[in-house]
Amino acid sequence: MTARTQPLNSTSRLIGRRAFLLPGLIIALILLVLCVLWSITLGAAKIDTQVVYQALFQYDPSNFDHLIIQTVRLPRVLSGITVGAALAVAGAMMQGLTRNPLADSGLLGINSGASFAVVMGVFLLGDPSLSTYALFGFTGAAIAAALVYGLGSMGRGGMTPLKLTLAGVVLSAFLSAFTTTILIRDQETLEKIRFWTAGALAGREMPLLLQTAPYIIIGIIASLFISRQITTISLGDDIAKGLGQNTAWVKALAALIIVLLAGGAVALAGPIGFVGLIIPHVVRFLVGVDYRWIIPYSAILGGMLVTVADVAARVVIRPQELPVGVMMAIIGAPFFIWLARWKVKR
Amino acid sequence: MSAKNPPRPSWITLRPRGAKFSYRIDRRVPLIALIIATFTIVVLVFSINYGQYNMTVGDVVLTLLGLNKDHPDYRNFALVVHTFRLPRILLSFLVGMALATSGTIMQGITRNPLADPYLLGVSSGAGLAAVVLIVAVKTISLYWLPWAALGGALLTAAGIYTFAWKNGTSSPIRLILIGIAIEAVLAAVTSTILLFGQINDVQQAYVWLAGSVYGRNWEHVYAIGGWLLIFLPAAMLMARQLNTLGLGEDTAKGLGQRVEWQRGVLLFISVTLAAVAVSVSGTIGFIGLIAPHITRRLVGPSHEGLIPASALFGGALLVLADLVGRWVIAPSELPIGVVTAMIGAPYFMYLLYRNRNA
Repeated sequence: MTARTQPLNSTSRLIGRRAFLLPGLIIALILLVLCVLWSITLGAAKIDTQVVYQALFQYDPSNFDHLIIQTVRLPRVLSGITVGAALAVAGAMMQGLTRNPLADSGLLGINSGASFAVVMGVFLLGDPSLSTYALFGFTGAAIAAALVYGLGSMGRGGMTPLKLTLAGVVLSAFLSAFTTTILIRDQETLEKIRFWTAGALAGREMPLLLQTAPYIIIGIIASLFISRQITTISLGDDIAKGLGQNTAWVKALAALIIVLLAGGAVALAGPIGFVGLIIPHVVRFLVGVDYRWIIPYSAILGGMLVTVADVAARVVIRPQELPVGVMMAIIGAPFFIWLARWKVKR
Repeated sequence: MSAKNPPRPSWITLRPRGAKFSYRIDRRVPLIALIIATFTIVVLVFSINYGQYNMTVGDVVLTLLGLNKDHPDYRNFALVVHTFRLPRILLSFLVGMALATSGTIMQGITRNPLADPYLLGVSSGAGLAAVVLIVAVKTISLYWLPWAALGGALLTAAGIYTFAWKNGTSSPIRLILIGIAIEAVLAAVTSTILLFGQINDVQQAYVWLAGSVYGRNWEHVYAIGGWLLIFLPAAMLMARQLNTLGLGEDTAKGLGQRVEWQRGVLLFISVTLAAVAVSVSGTIGFIGLIAPHITRRLVGPSHEGLIPASALFGGALLVLADLVGRWVIAPSELPIGVVTAMIGAPYFMYLLYRNRNA
């Protein structure tokens, strides 16, 4: 699979003038806030926009509508934003780091590492506390990432997209064999975990969000700090070295950040695919190749995408709802096919 | 390829008298095939021997051959061997053959030694169909499960092939990528159905998805046997074309091959074999990847000998995996697909390691 897209470092971008980049970011942020408000007003109970506003800013715990918004809808939409931002930034970093246009934490086995660890945690501990959920997620993601990265970068040629993807696929298969074994043999764990394994935002409560969000926020801020180095690395290892960069350090740091982001996202919402794949492509189309801009744009657009997908997932089969992971796959796959048909030179 | 000609050719040409047809196999094939066949029979006998009901290896052999009819326990022996153990073990063998053949073809077409028979979404298509039947539509009897799975598999493969078709060709790399995408969607839909189903049905579906030969009977054996009888010879007949395709598209065209047409036919054979295997036993991974790979190192890359040898070897491997699955956590058992993944994935990682400089 010697997939190669049109050069990532083409200078064409939709937002042509540098001066427009910052206003663009602010517009995106405003759009995100609008999406959030839209998402909060939607739900089984009809609640007026005005009441929503009051619930957010003049919270009255004795009002039932306010309670719904503060304990059910707000955590859910905030989880969506957090997860979306984390996955999108992780995806952008991975694509820059590996120079692989198809890199995504799902494809590279990191999500399945995290979900295996979480299933294992639920199986062994029964009902683990929220902090252990996150801890298991991180550990699994980290080990999977290290393994895939190690397997994918062995040999003289170093890391190639093909080797990396294959390593990810095979590790996923390996881990899901164990996950399946647990789920087949233990009905209790299956019952507890099956909604989670599909990637869902329903029923996410504030405490879990507060457990995982700090890691993700730290991850995003750290990725902003090394965004300049990522830009250089995305031009190629040789060029980065030639420019005097200590590539090994940057890669190690970036890998750590990816683990924080992807592991945190999976612990919060289960494995959700395609966000990390789609968003960076859209963002590169908008702002070009400078990761100082790609990363903040990815964070905002990623949050927006997951929020919108979550709204769609709640609307399509009312009164039931789809897990947002399923919705993302339905939205994301056509995009991936388009990518494969038009962007990948054979 | 050396300058000196070898003293004798490294292949054997089989030419039936009077037929305008010849079949050329590597000189190593007969011996290797014999070794693999012996290995298969040994594993088969031991596998039949293993289980709750105790019997000696000798009894197993005699019962299989029908030579101990005057033994006092013969009725028990016959029941255990012919009704309980033999069908599932034979089924494992046939499924292994189908998957290995399918994988050999897939690796030949894509020219990628790491391609597997599920490349065209066969497993996810069949999986979705099966889950729909087990969990969602409970009015239809499970008798139709294999047919539903087969239908789902073939439909998915056709869909992926259509999507990958562009400017009159279907490049292997587009097939791979679009396969990944379609598979993700089907997996998502599958997991949605699993979400809303009753927990018992869901668990049953999980077992099926993991790949299992538990409780299969002669009917399944005949079903897959019939398909193999048609498609295995078909694959062997196309072996020479597969060799040419392996030289690369341009070379094959230059040699006057109708590349698209042949690739289509070969893909059809490969997908059908994998789909049939999946339809009787669920998705069993890695056999179709590993068997051709190991066999290629034993008998060389020429497909005339490789296809039958790897089919035999794949069968033997799957019988072994079934035995391991029944043994590790006896008295309960691991689904065979879980066993192959647990053994196959590390081997695959080792392959990645070996090919690290490629």
